[in-house]
Amino acid sequence: MARHVSEDPFRGLALPTSANRPAGAPHRAATVAFDHVTKRYGRRDDGPTAVDDLSFFVPAGATCVLVGPSGCGKTTSLKMVNRLIEPTQGRILIDGQDISTQDPTRLRRGIGYVIQQVGLFPHQTIAENVAVVPRLLGWSARRRRDRVEELLRLVGLEPGQHMNRYPADLSGGERQRVGVARALAADPPLLLMDEPFGAVDPIVRARLQDELLRLQRELGKTILFVTHDIDEAIKMGDLVAVMRQGGTLAQFATPAELLTQPASDFVARFVGADRALKRLTLRRVAELPLEPAPIVGLGESMGAVRARSGGRTPRWLLLVDRQRLPVGWVDGSTLPDAAAVDAAAAIRPSPLLGRETTLRDALSLLLDAAVRAGIVVDEAGRPVGLATIDAITALLHEQNDLTDGRDDPDAAPGPPDVTAGPTASGSRDDGDAPRGGRSPRAPRG
Amino acid sequence: MPSEPLIRWPWVTAHLDEIGAALGQHLFLTVIAVAAGLAISAALALLAHRYRRAEAPITWLAGVVYTIPSLALFVLLIPVTGLSTLTSEIGLVGYTLLILIRNILAGLDGVPRDVLEAADAMGLTRRQRLFQVELPLALPIVMAGIRIATVTTIGLVTVTALIGQGGLGQLMLAGFINLFPTEIYVGALLSIALAVVVDAGLLLLQRALTPWARGGGGRR
Repeated sequence: MARHVSEDPFRGLALPTSANRPAGAPHRAATVAFDHVTKRYGRRDDGPTAVDDLSFFVPAGATCVLVGPSGCGKTTSLKMVNRLIEPTQGRILIDGQDISTQDPTRLRRGIGYVIQQVGLFPHQTIAENVAVVPRLLGWSARRRRDRVEELLRLVGLEPGQHMNRYPADLSGGERQRVGVARALAADPPLLLMDEPFGAVDPIVRARLQDELLRLQRELGKTILFVTHDIDEAIKMGDLVAVMRQGGTLAQFATPAELLTQPASDFVARFVGADRALKRLTLRRVAELPLEPAPIVGLGESMGAVRARSGGRTPRWLLLVDRQRLPVGWVDGSTLPDAAAVDAAAAIRPSPLLGRETTLRDALSLLLDAAVRAGIVVDEAGRPVGLATIDAITALLHEQNDLTDGRDDPDAAPGPPDVTAGPTASGSRDDGDAPRGGRSPRAPRG
Repeated sequence: MPSEPLIRWPWVTAHLDEIGAALGQHLFLTVIAVAAGLAISAALALLAHRYRRAEAPITWLAGVVYTIPSLALFVLLIPVTGLSTLTSEIGLVGYTLLILIRNILAGLDGVPRDVLEAADAMGLTRRQRLFQVELPLALPIVMAGIRIATVTTIGLVTVTALIGQGGLGQLMLAGFINLFPTEIYVGALLSIALAVVVDAGLLLLQRALTPWARGGGGRR
């Protein structure tokens, strides 16, 4: 119990957290530290161990995902943070404060909580549901109402349409949005989310995940997120705690580090054989070096195109319409100089990729369409260049590049930042700091 | 008396006061019994809900009371409380307990786990959780219990005519003694009507109290 948890063992590390975000957006976020936390069930604490000597530190504003197979103690760990479950041994600190010394009711009102089944109160309207904690905290009716409207808009629900309905009138996805709004109601510095998107269909899940990422960029809360889905963990987490049966921590690392350097065979197996592909989830099309797209306008003559390109006209040209939206590819070599290019000559275009599309999705789309290059378009849908499979695989081969580009997808791709590389974890002052990776590293090719 | 009609309307119009008084007493005995039964049941059910070990003995006791034949119970009580309203109320209340306790407990047990977990996690105190979440959500099943208890009690009140109470039961009893069908039928039909009307009224009350429980047929 005397062991000291350093306030911020990550000080100086380039972690993708709110601390690294541009100034001017003050966020209320808390740090969370697990300090040798153990939970055993049974009368004399000799029962089965749910969580075994768990230690890790989540910096303010980071999203930490607890992931592992069922029975690994991830939900138990989460519920110990708001004292729905009390640890057998060890301490949990929020902002450096031992939570066991705090009144559970007060503590919980300051922590947002989202669960898979949502747990909305069926007998209360959406507005009443969202305002539960503000009401407990004694906010005025006017302030509650304003906050409810603000939050519903934030999670993408029209207040006028939803405020006075009951949960039974909503779809699963809508209910989960209300659940997130309710958790955020009193602006807590910490959110706990237990498989929040586990009960909705895959399409809605992906959308809710994207929205949470967007929200999180705005709000910069500290989030502890439980899932059994490694893909979700990699997508949502700044940090990922991989747990295994018996409640031990198998690895605590950034998603990129997890994918390039699994700490054990267990982690490697859990992450899956497609680690290299999963790593592509962390990168966006915007990071690729794009090839210029050879463009020909509708009605333009091939002669004009050839003149414009100075004789080095590629065979395949991208036909765009008058709004400069892609129509399809035309084979320039078959067209005479004088002919005006029309849409009938075009074969269907390659997949269209946004700059925010993950490289994994991009690669999948390209393989699906059996083409070498996808057309990268801007927000208006106009082509800005071509993303090729070669460029994606080249990026894939940068095995040691651990920079996590998700937080700043617009940054120009540059040389890997060595300070954030794998050696950084060895530069910690406090050798005792609760960070994972206890098992010897077994990097696999 | 082959020519005796089922109901002699002139008698009815001549005895409206008497009939009204019987109806009033019937309703009064019922309301008192259900209200007192509800208060006692609520206390016992909450005790059983809070301390699970109390549940078995409480429901056992209510079950034992329920199995005693009504007339036998009233007769057993006469030496103690005499031919009084109290005697009939003790019996009537006793019969509501099992129904009400069971339904209150079923209602509380029916509150979804995730709703309770969310209530705890948001920092509701135990009392806030009970009054703001558990009891409101138990209400449809509790109201269903109140309806059954009320209709049952309306029927049982007629039996208390045998110990000098009974509301509309008095009319029926007098009719039997005097071999006068009009009194029997007036008493019987009015007690049926009373049960139907009160049950419908309670159903409307339940709907008004739980707007969230109906409709909901929308998207899920």
